[in-house]
Amino acid sequence: MTVIFGQTFTGISIGAVLLLIALGLSLTFGQMNVINMAHGEFIMAGAYTTYVLQKSISSAGLSLLVALPVAFLVSGALGALLEWLLIRRLYLRPLDTLLVTWGVSLMLQQLARDIFGAPNVQTRAPELLTGNITVIGGDDPLTFANSRLFILGLAIAAVVALSLTLRLTPLGRRIRAVVQNRDLAEVSGISTGRVDRTAFFIGSGLAGVAGVALTLVGPIGPTMGTNVIIDAFLVIVVGGIGQLKGSVIVAFVLGVLQSVLEYSTTVSVAKVLVLVAIVAFLQWRPQGLYTLRTRSLV
Amino acid sequence: MAGTAALAAVVALSACGAKTDAGGSSDKAAQADVSGDTVKVGLLNSLSGTMAISEVTVRDSLKLAIDEINASGGVLGKKIKPISEDGASDWPTFAEKASKLIKEDRVAATFGCWTSASRKAVKPVFEKNKSLLFYPVQYEGLEESPYIFYTGATTNQQIVPALDYLKSQGKKKIYLVGSDYVFPRTANKIIKAYAKANGMTVLGEDYAPLGSTEFSTIANKVKAAKADAVFNTLNGDSNVAFFKEYKSAGLTAKSMPVVSVSIAEEEVKSIGSQYLAGQLTAWNYYQTTPGAANTKFVKAYKAKYGQGKPTSDPMEAAYTSVYLWKAMVEKAKSFDPEKVKAASDGITFDAPEGKVTVDGASQHIRKTARIGRIGTDGLIEQVWDSGKPIKPDPFLKGYSWASGLS
Repeated sequence: MTVIFGQTFTGISIGAVLLLIALGLSLTFGQMNVINMAHGEFIMAGAYTTYVLQKSISSAGLSLLVALPVAFLVSGALGALLEWLLIRRLYLRPLDTLLVTWGVSLMLQQLARDIFGAPNVQTRAPELLTGNITVIGGDDPLTFANSRLFILGLAIAAVVALSLTLRLTPLGRRIRAVVQNRDLAEVSGISTGRVDRTAFFIGSGLAGVAGVALTLVGPIGPTMGTNVIIDAFLVIVVGGIGQLKGSVIVAFVLGVLQSVLEYSTTVSVAKVLVLVAIVAFLQWRPQGLYTLRTRSLV
Repeated sequence: MAGTAALAAVVALSACGAKTDAGGSSDKAAQADVSGDTVKVGLLNSLSGTMAISEVTVRDSLKLAIDEINASGGVLGKKIKPISEDGASDWPTFAEKASKLIKEDRVAATFGCWTSASRKAVKPVFEKNKSLLFYPVQYEGLEESPYIFYTGATTNQQIVPALDYLKSQGKKKIYLVGSDYVFPRTANKIIKAYAKANGMTVLGEDYAPLGSTEFSTIANKVKAAKADAVFNTLNGDSNVAFFKEYKSAGLTAKSMPVVSVSIAEEEVKSIGSQYLAGQLTAWNYYQTTPGAANTKFVKAYKAKYGQGKPTSDPMEAAYTSVYLWKAMVEKAKSFDPEKVKAASDGITFDAPEGKVTVDGASQHIRKTARIGRIGTDGLIEQVWDSGKPIKPDPFLKGYSWASGLS
C-alpha cells in the first residue's frame, strides 16, 4: 500500500517537473505558433542563474528564493531578445522558426560551455529541501521528499499565475484576442508585435523558473536543455497545442504512467512503453496535433 | 579473382591481429613520428558531456606526469608533446579521435578513455593500427587486448574485494544500481555469480541511461526492498541525481550503505559531501593513502591546478601510466609499440598508491585493493586494504564461481 502511495507521489512529482518545463513552451508555441527549439536553453539559463547566484549568496535557501525571480527575468529577457532579433521576422514561416531557433539553441549551448566550462556543475540545495516528511509512520513509512514537494508547489503556483494572467489582466485579454484572430486584434488597436514579445517574455521566463527547479533534481550542464525539450513538446502535442488545461493533465498522467511502469519494469523499458502509449494515443485522438485553428489558452 | 584476393587479405589481416608477441611486425606498426627532438603522445578524454566531470581531471593528471618527465629530461632524450582530444562522452567520437591521433598526429602512445563503452569503441582502432592505449580506469574485466595496457583495477582488484568486505560486515542482501551500458551490466553479472556462491541475495537490479537524472522510482524500489547494502555502478553525474534522491528518500549510510566503484574524490567534491558522508567506495588509491610518493603527487597536483583540487584513483592510475610507459620505452630503448610491449613484463614504479608491477602476460598491473569511507570533509578515509598488491585476473580464472562468465 505504501508503495502505491509512494509511487503515485513520485509520478506526480515527475509530472510537476514535466509541467514546469512545458508550461512556458505552451504559451510561445500555442500563442504564436513558434516552434522554439531554444526553449531548453532558456531552462539551462535559469539553472545557471541559480548557480551564479549561489556563488555570491552563501545561504542556499536565500539564493534559491532570489534565483526564482532573477531566473524568470534573465530567461524572459533572452526570450524577448530572441523574439525581437529573429522570430518576429518569421511569424508566418513555422518551419523556419524551428531551424532558426535550433541554431540559436546550439549557439547558446556553446556560449554556456565557454562561460561555465564543459563539465556539468551542481548547486547546493537548502538543508530544508534535502530531507523528507513522514506521511505515514510505522515499519513501512511513507515519506515525501521535501524538494519534490517544493517543485510541485512551484508548478501549481506557475500554472495558477499564468492562468490568472491570461483570464483577468488586460495583457491576458490582449493575448487571447491575438490568438483568436490576429488581424481583427490588430485593427482593434492592439499592438500585436508588443503582445507577442510580452508573451514570449513570460513563456521564456517560465522556462527560467523550470531551470531553477531542475537544479534541485540533478546536475546543471550545457546540454541539459536538449534532455528535457522533447518531453516538453510531447506534453504539449498530446495535450493539445495551446491548451493549458491539456498540458496540466497530460504532464501528470505521463508522470504517473512513467513512475508506475518504471516500478514494474525498468527505466529503459518504461521510457519505450510511454512513447508507445503516446503514439497509440495520437492515433486514436490526433486532435492534439490539429487544434491550431481553434487554439485558445484558457 | 577479386573475391579470393579479398579473402586472402582478410585472413592475412586477422592472422596479424591475433599475433600478440613482438615478432618483428614493426614495419606494419603505426608509424610514430619520433624524428625531431620531441615525441608526441595522445590524450583522449571527454572534456565535455556527462563524463567530463570525471575525465577532465584525468587529462590534468596526465599533463602533470608529462610535465614532470619533461622537466627531468624527457624520454630517451626527447621531450613529450601531448596532443589532447575531446571524446565528448560520445563513443563514435572517441573512435574518430583515436584514429586521428594515430594517423595524423602519429603519436607514440595514447593515454585515456574512461567508460568501457569508449574503450570498446577505440579498441579495434588501436589493434588495427598496432598502436598503444594506456587505459587508467577500473573496469569490468573479461577483456585483454594486445594493444591496451590496463592501469586501473580489473574485477578481482576492486569488485571482488568490495564484495568480500560487504560479506565480512554481514551484509547479505544487496541491491544493484547502475548505468545502462557495458561496465555495470558485466560487473553485475559478476556480482550475481559471487553472491550465489557466497550465500548472498541480490534483491533487485536497476539500470538508468547514462546521463539520466530521474532517480525517484529507483530510490523507492531500493527503499522498499530493505536491502543491507546497495552496490552502485552508476557513472558520471547521474550519481548527483541518485544521491540527492537517496537522501531525500530518507536512506542513509547507516540504514543502507552504498558501495560505489566509480565515485572518487573529484566526484565527491562536486556531488557534495553532505549527500555522501559515510558512504563506501572501492578503489586502489585515495588522496589520503600514506607514502612519500603520494605526498609528492598530491603536492605537485595541487601546486599546478589549485589547492582545492583533490586527487583520485583514476587520476593516480593515469599519472602512473605515463611513468610506466616511460620505463617500458627506456627498457626497450625504442618507441616502437611491439618493442615496448615486449619490454613491459616486470616493469615497476613507485606509484602514489604504492609499488605497482606490470604483468606482461595480461598487460594489467598488480594493485592493492582499498575500501574507503567518505568523510564530511569530502576526502575518503581507508577502512580496509588487501595488504599487498593483488595479481590481476581479468577473466577471473582463479575463482570457481566465475567459471560460467565471460
